[in-house]
Amino acid sequence: MLLKKRERDSAEINGSSMADIAFLLLIFFLVTTTINVDTGIGLVLPPPLQEDQEPPPIKERNLMNILVNAEGRVLMDDQPYQLTEVKERLKEFIDNPNNDPNLSESPDMAIVSVKTQRQTPYRIYVDMLDEVMGAYKELRDAASRANYGVPFGALQDNSPQYEQITDMYPKKISIAEPGDN
Amino acid sequence: MAHFKKKRGGSKQEVPTSAMPDVVFMLLFFFMVTTVLREVTLKVRVNLTQAENIEKIEQKRLLSYVYIGPERLPGNQLGEDKVQIDDAIVEDIGAIRNLMYDKLREQPKLIVSLRVDENSEFGLLTDVQEELKKASAFRINYSTRREP
Repeated sequence: MLLKKRERDSAEINGSSMADIAFLLLIFFLVTTTINVDTGIGLVLPPPLQEDQEPPPIKERNLMNILVNAEGRVLMDDQPYQLTEVKERLKEFIDNPNNDPNLSESPDMAIVSVKTQRQTPYRIYVDMLDEVMGAYKELRDAASRANYGVPFGALQDNSPQYEQITDMYPKKISIAEPGDN
Repeated sequence: MAHFKKKRGGSKQEVPTSAMPDVVFMLLFFFMVTTVLREVTLKVRVNLTQAENIEKIEQKRLLSYVYIGPERLPGNQLGEDKVQIDDAIVEDIGAIRNLMYDKLREQPKLIVSLRVDENSEFGLLTDVQEELKKASAFRINYSTRREP
């Protein structure tokens, strides 16, 4: 008797509302999802100087001092420039195609020092840093195209080619302690 | 023309919907996997600035965020610039050193992502950076949006 009865009405879970439940979950995750890739300007800070340690000696010609004040005015090695001119000027300084004795000896020795004031808005500081990064990016791109025929961005991270280009143009950027004037 | 009409009228057109739950489930799993639930509630206002020459950070798990911006006060008002790490505002800048040192022990390849409001002053940022240096958290990233 019992067996017969069981066979007759097969127990089934009603699955028609499954789609509704799935939709509800889907909508929840759609709303909460943030597919934002984090982007930004990467930098490696230098280790702090010990009390008794002298800063390492740097030749004056290898150092490019960039000063930005709170109004966004730029001084590069005591010469006033527009923010838009910084990139070209920096490329000239780093690459030094004409072997100017006042510009850096070689690209891997060039050091860019960015100094600003405490009152400077972050926006201006990042704009400045962006120009410096832009100069290095264009130089690396040019070197990569000349040697391997592809832009720098197309090289595999940590591949020999990538290492060679980064050795040619190491980003030596120093963020100086802000001054008061 | 008349022929067409007749044919249409005759046959019932229905899209088979039996595969719909499968499709929906697939989408659901995709979003479940890619979702990063918002972990912190911001107590400072952060309007990111824009930049052109930026890089993507692929490994999100290496990131630790530091927020700097004007404090959000009740009633839509903005206060002084403050530093927020995780869920709390850090009043004492000197405490950042220990906080970051602990994070660095957990994740030796730590990248500190600095999310700074575009109008905040550089002075506070440099104080934070000095602390990061002392904590040996040298890899930082200034979070910016892509310039359109």
